[in-house]
Amino acid sequence: MAKTKVLERKPLTFAEKTFLPQIAGGLKTTFATMLQKKVTLQYPEERPNIPDNYRGVPTLVRDPNGREKCVSCQLCEFVCPPKAIRITPGEIDPEAEPDRAHVEKAPKEFDINMLRCIYCGLCQEVCPEEAIYLQDVFSLSGYSREEMINNKEKLYELGGTLPDSHYKWDKKKAAEVAGNSH
Amino acid sequence: MKVESIVEHITIKIDGEDVQVPKGINVIEAVKMAGKGKVVPHYCYHPKLSIAGNCRMCMVEMGMPMRDRATGEAILEEDGSPKIGWMPKPTIGCATDVAPGMHIRTDSEMVKESRNGVTEFLLINHPLDCPICDQAGECRLQEFSAEHGRGYSRFIEDKNVKPKRTRLGPRVMLDDERCILCSRCVRFTQEVADEDVLGFVDRGTYSTLTCYPGKELAHNYSLNTVDICPVGALTSTDFRFKMRVWFLKRTPSICTESSVGANTEIWSREGKIYRITPRRNDAVNDTWMTDSGRALYKAVESDDRLTHYTIEGVHKTSDEVAAAAVEMLKAGDAVVVGSVHSSLEEQFYYGMIAQRCSAKPMLVSHYGEGDGLLLSEDRSPNLRGALVTGLIDALPTADLEPLARSVEAGSVKTIFAVNEDLTELGLSKELLAKVQVIYVGTHANATSEVANLVIPSLMVFEKDGTFINQNFLVQRFKAAVPGPRGIQPDFTVLEKICAPLAQEKPAPVTIDAVWERMAATFDILPEDARWRTLPEAGLALDGTAFQELQFVETKNLKYDPAKAEVPQAEPAGV
Ligand code: SF4
Ligand code: SF4
Ligand code: SF4
Ligand code: SF4
Ligand code: FES
Repeated sequence: MAKTKVLERKPLTFAEKTFLPQIAGGLKTTFATMLQKKVTLQYPEERPNIPDNYRGVPTLVRDPNGREKCVSCQLCEFVCPPKAIRITPGEIDPEAEPDRAHVEKAPKEFDINMLRCIYCGLCQEVCPEEAIYLQDVFSLSGYSREEMINNKEKLYELGGTLPDSHYKWDKKKAAEVAGNSH
Repeated sequence: MKVESIVEHITIKIDGEDVQVPKGINVIEAVKMAGKGKVVPHYCYHPKLSIAGNCRMCMVEMGMPMRDRATGEAILEEDGSPKIGWMPKPTIGCATDVAPGMHIRTDSEMVKESRNGVTEFLLINHPLDCPICDQAGECRLQEFSAEHGRGYSRFIEDKNVKPKRTRLGPRVMLDDERCILCSRCVRFTQEVADEDVLGFVDRGTYSTLTCYPGKELAHNYSLNTVDICPVGALTSTDFRFKMRVWFLKRTPSICTESSVGANTEIWSREGKIYRITPRRNDAVNDTWMTDSGRALYKAVESDDRLTHYTIEGVHKTSDEVAAAAVEMLKAGDAVVVGSVHSSLEEQFYYGMIAQRCSAKPMLVSHYGEGDGLLLSEDRSPNLRGALVTGLIDALPTADLEPLARSVEAGSVKTIFAVNEDLTELGLSKELLAKVQVIYVGTHANATSEVANLVIPSLMVFEKDGTFINQNFLVQRFKAAVPGPRGIQPDFTVLEKICAPLAQEKPAPVTIDAVWERMAATFDILPEDARWRTLPEAGLALDGTAFQELQFVETKNLKYDPAKAEVPQAEPAGV
């Protein structure tokens, strides 16, 4: 049997019995806060500022020339711990897109299952083409499981365009056009 | 074991340790044999091709015990051990054959330094293509760069530009920037495929692999160049950009294209096959296989697969179909038309079924032209199996004329046909209408359309089993992908037909249970042979009992009709 210990309780003083000092103290806080700047956000009409490097929903991005950056190397699919990513690689048709023919490869389909994703950011870290980013989208909902799978179109819509510091494939194209004499 | 005793062994010292290796092998193989995880990295050396010695990746330090020139006496160190004369510079391991007393260093500073140097030179003009390169994940250059590369580039000049996306032939694409000029592909087309179409043009860093003008790399062995290319320069048009190799599961299998029985590996992911590559077996196919054999997996997903057990076109369960088949066979006057494409286990069952209902087993041959290499004249994987299981005792016939006459005469009531389209073998649909037809097969054809009972069967990629090849070598294949939904392994259904014919209750059979019965039935199989424990390289049977038969195979890579003896496997790892 656990021992019970009876605590002595001090009887209330007269002032305490009136409750007035406590009410006054409470009201002081109320009035003081009323005059301060508002901190509450009227979500969802108002949205918080998302810091850089926030790990939101993974998205696919284009480079400033509008080129699809992902080459469907499938490294993100491999690294993703909960296997949220599913890619069907495809070949770029050189006839249809001569500008991009030298990239050779692009995803035919690219699905990220947001019911599986744990926002770990490993896909962004592993991507050799800097094509996948966890950006500032943080609220995501849907009525069905299918809706929660972001397809390629949706991913590009969410991702938009990000600055590029390499233009790797543009350089490659330039070198190919210039050739080198021998 | 017999082989081992003939090969003379010598002792060499690898990194200070004595190792016994067979005479006549080179340093790369010797180091590999010595084990302990030691390897000599190499690009251009291939065990089945001539030595080119052009990549310089396999550098090792070599030394021999010194001898006094005048007396021939061994020179000793002060402590009495033999003095080793080390060569002042490293030497290439692929072109250095082991010699008694030879000393090899594979991990000295000088060796490491030279590997790092070679790697850096190989990378100066190499494109940063790994994300779009099909070889990534199985690329020697990637592996060795991780180990011997410096991680950053000191090369600030422009890289060479070479042709990319070049079509070499109907099945092979070339990316010259990725080529490290190892010449494996060139040597393969010259030495093995015997069709000299590839070569290098230009000099120095501009050297470029190309096809002889006006020619194509189109022979039936072209995809082997893709396999042996240590980098992603040669890629298969079929497999290109389909899937990353690290997602693929590898399952050992046997090629069903001809009686050569080339050992293969099935690469699949989540029940879908992506490619087939050869698996090394020095007694069967070395490291090669045909292009046509690699395309066979496409039939797995074809639309005309048989996917339901049916009676008169109505879907039924396998039990119901088996029971109906038993009724038909019990009625007598049955004929079993077996298949040279069935596995050994299935042929065993067909033999048993034929025996139990006194049906006459027949087989139809599938012959074609051979190419003297890995495509034999007998285009079936298991003719020898039918002989071993006693399904037939003479060679199969080209068609079923005699059967057609019997049907015409009304002396046949039931035909149990396996994977053969009877309408192409002399039995027209009208003739077939006169008899009951039980059809076992993988794909729909004219016979399955008119058959009263249809029992869908699994393809070689979907089941476990064994084939016996041209040299009476029992070879095992494993299921790589699941079959169509609801289809049971063939021998499970056959047991349900076979057992009731002898008033037995069908037992749940495993493949090893089948083997237990087979080993007990056939003297030619070792008593304790089981499917699970069959050697990886195959189990050689004594085929002398069938010597009298006029097999159609002519001389090919590992078969010589003049020699009755089974060619012996070379010692492993040579
Ligand atoms: S954030 Fe993590 S869990 Fe989500 S897709 Fe990327 S790798 Fe997968
Ligand atoms: S997003 Fe990046 S890592 Fe993922 S497939 Fe595309 S290029 Fe590769
Ligand atoms: S050949 Fe190897 S190293 Fe070169 S791009 Fe392909 S995978 Fe990368
Ligand atoms: S294409 Fe491949 S196999 Fe042929 S020389 Fe170049 S690297 Fe070697
Ligand atoms: S493997 Fe020896 S030089 Fe290439």
